[in-house]
Amino acid sequence: MAQFRLPPNSRLQKGRFFEAPAGAKQIRRFEVYRYDPDTGENPRVDHYDVALDQCGPMVLDGLIKIKNEVDPTLTFRRSCREGICGSCAMNIDGLNTLACTLAIDDIKGPVKVYPLPHMEVIKDLVPDLTHFYAQYASIKPWLQTRTPAPPDRERLQSRAEQELINSPSACILCACCSTSCPSYWWNSDRYLGPAALLAAYRWLVDSRDEASGERLDALEDSFRLYRCHTIMNCTNSCPKDLNPARAIAEIKKTLAVRRM
Amino acid sequence: MQSPLAKVLGHGSAQQGTGHWWGQRLTAIALVPLTLWFAVAIMGSMPQGNWHDLSAWVAEPVHAILLILLVLTMVQHSNLGLQVVVEDYVHGATVVVVLIAVKFAHVALAVAGVYAVIVISVGAGR
Repeated sequence: MAQFRLPPNSRLQKGRFFEAPAGAKQIRRFEVYRYDPDTGENPRVDHYDVALDQCGPMVLDGLIKIKNEVDPTLTFRRSCREGICGSCAMNIDGLNTLACTLAIDDIKGPVKVYPLPHMEVIKDLVPDLTHFYAQYASIKPWLQTRTPAPPDRERLQSRAEQELINSPSACILCACCSTSCPSYWWNSDRYLGPAALLAAYRWLVDSRDEASGERLDALEDSFRLYRCHTIMNCTNSCPKDLNPARAIAEIKKTLAVRRM
Repeated sequence: MQSPLAKVLGHGSAQQGTGHWWGQRLTAIALVPLTLWFAVAIMGSMPQGNWHDLSAWVAEPVHAILLILLVLTMVQHSNLGLQVVVEDYVHGATVVVVLIAVKFAHVALAVAGVYAVIVISVGAGR
């Protein structure tokens, strides 16, 4: 059966508390999930009081401030700090999003920061995305053709054809969508999840690609594709405002039409 | 020792799922008029509290046919839906046993439903 309680070694414990420096103004509490595989201890939630008057506006700024000034052991991924690399995806205030594009002011009460849900945690806010990336690789995210490219120029597209792939190819693979999906939580061993399916859709609607048939064959599976029950958490959580739920619905429609 | 990609690729695509998905939508569409008709019939034309009148009502060919359609469509819709619920939440060896039980129960329900409509219709004159 699906597990509805965390395994004993994953249950959260009360963590430490770090006060803000004396004289700090505009204090906001950060409640941050901590897990260190080296200690063998259960994960805990540490509380940090952060002085917002000496901190950048985004949640990521708060985490960096904590790491720099309070607790250097705090571990998280970050790179571009402008929502294009997808590294700092985490569960903040109950929603998967990018720490670098969510303003602290947009959160009411304490800023609760957890790793992406239902993933193996490597350390603190760093989830293991190996399987997620393998799922992306499995849909063959590259152009497949039999017709050789013209010798003197690129493979051309009309403007309308390009517009079809504009939105789905803006995915940054942050994994916010897949890890917000209950169906992915229960069955990610076989269900590809919204991110991989959005990528599959991006190649299905690419006018230059000649492998649509094989791509659809590979998706036609009661688990790989049809574990999607249109819960729509994916679209709700996407920090790039993409629509994986619609892409999956389009794939289902294409499969239904091709057998009529 | 399998590579992550080998784990994802597994035994490949089962090449099915679309039929199930389409079947669930077809039965859902069919259930809209059928359940509406049934609800209206219960509130209106269907005689209440009297076995003789009720069985005469069921024996009307249109009513009997619609009732059988309603039973079969509902059972098939429930069969497809429950199968998904089981596949979602039941894992390991148990899933096979539960899927067989669900299938058998639905076939039995369908047969019982159709049998009931026929018996009530045929027994109308008694």
